[in-house]
Amino acid sequence: MPEITVMHYSILCYKDEMVTVARTKAYDDAAMAKLEGVTRQVAAEGKLGPAVTLLPTTTATTLRQGRSGSLVIDGPFAETTEQLVGFYIVDCVSLDEVLAIAEDLANANPGGALEIRPVGVYFGDPRPAP
Amino acid sequence: MTDSAWIGSLLITARPKVVAALLRTFRSLDIVEEAFQEASFRALKNWPKNGPPRDAAAWLIMVGRNSGIDHLRKTARLEPLPAEDLHSGPGDIEATSVEQLDTANYRDDILRLLFVCCHPELPATQQIALALRIVSGLSVTQVARAFLVSDAAMEQRITRAKARIAAAHVPFEAPGAVERAERVAAVLATIYLVFNEGYTSTGRGPESQSGLCDEAIRLARLLLGLYPAEPEVMGLTALLLLQQARSAARFDAEGSTVLLDQQDRSKWDGLQIAEGLALIDKAARHRLPGPYQIQAAIAAAHVRAKQAQDTDWSSIEQLYGALERQQPSPVVTLNRAVAVWKAVGAEPALAMIEPLDKELATYFYFHAARGAFLKQLGRAELARAAFDRAVALANTPAEAVHIRQEIEALSSPASGRNCQT
Repeated sequence: MPEITVMHYSILCYKDEMVTVARTKAYDDAAMAKLEGVTRQVAAEGKLGPAVTLLPTTTATTLRQGRSGSLVIDGPFAETTEQLVGFYIVDCVSLDEVLAIAEDLANANPGGALEIRPVGVYFGDPRPAP
Repeated sequence: MTDSAWIGSLLITARPKVVAALLRTFRSLDIVEEAFQEASFRALKNWPKNGPPRDAAAWLIMVGRNSGIDHLRKTARLEPLPAEDLHSGPGDIEATSVEQLDTANYRDDILRLLFVCCHPELPATQQIALALRIVSGLSVTQVARAFLVSDAAMEQRITRAKARIAAAHVPFEAPGAVERAERVAAVLATIYLVFNEGYTSTGRGPESQSGLCDEAIRLARLLLGLYPAEPEVMGLTALLLLQQARSAARFDAEGSTVLLDQQDRSKWDGLQIAEGLALIDKAARHRLPGPYQIQAAIAAAHVRAKQAQDTDWSSIEQLYGALERQQPSPVVTLNRAVAVWKAVGAEPALAMIEPLDKELATYFYFHAARGAFLKQLGRAELARAAFDRAVALANTPAEAVHIRQEIEALSSPASGRNCQT
């Protein structure tokens, strides 16, 4: 039997920011409550890593390395209709398992797209736990 | 999600872009409103069957243009029609829309739309009403409710504003750099007015008007999306976010104002604060400080303090000094005096505001601040007179309640010099 290895996967959340920022607080609160239900379940199974909300792309700054040195630009890396608005890190043994979690997340907060990308750990987090 | 919910959210999001593009074609707010309404109506009929189009804004612009042109053909044969090639059949909407939608122009289109609604020739109340009605798409009833006036009165206000706009002849050519900067400045001013209208009226009646504050933030973000490298646009957006972040802590259960130094800071919205602070940081890199950035920096100094007594009042005093140099006004001086009061003491603060007593004779905050300074200096009778004047000028019941508490504290034996420490 092949050895089962746990992989880190990222679930990258893309949404149209103009739609998300226009939502009412009541809508957001309801969506957050549903998402919390999903993540609590994933955490109970010991699969949940960090979950991160990204502030709107208007707060983004991009550093681009050009021939004549680096250039700092106000704004996101790419102007697209949908933006990366947040991500989850989950530990799963298969893509199917991640897709099942993504499905629950999508149902909790419909709209946009979720991209699943395996994560390679580069170097560990040297900071002490908060 | 129900059909009407997701379609509604797409329509709200697409609205500024669509209305702006239609305005370029038709140059009349009335035709544009009607065309957008017709396009929305068709979207409600069409999208549940066919699913949302790839580009909702482009779809709505095409349908709106066709409907507007039909309308013109029927009603006013003598008016010159937009170029024939703009009119395409309903079948090729999805195929041609992306090419037909002049994306290079949409920034100027939206800016023009905002500018038309924020035109400096309009009185402030008409600017706000028009921006909320045309850009945000609030109904006349919603706008009327926000201003606490009747629907008929609001309808009349909007009609008057449109007539003035038509008479003002805003040019439809792409603006030059100077003109563009002037338009951005006019739009920023109106967005700030919308926010202030919501901010000061919250708590005025049983219905909360914070919807106007959210709407102002949405408009600021729209403008920031168009001009992501304009420091003053970042500044205003940051300012509004930092003010709005405190909204949950501004009133107690009875609806009375909770002063900044008594607010429960755990109720402040951490995400809005983070976004506001990030924008100020980005703006500062441009080294072009302007009034909105300075005001945002003042708001930031307040939210950075974990507790009220940690507030860096001398920085705030310096920031108000900078604001005073850029935009001298008695109200700014009054605010600087309050910072001086906190940083140094009541005596120099009182000396700063005494020369303002004519200009600010009918300003609530002047008398409230003067009363507070006098109270701390132990001059109870003068303080009482100032507070009485403030109560008479209060803008909201909550303000009046707060000042009455100050007056009561004057008569209670516990009142004294140390009340502000």
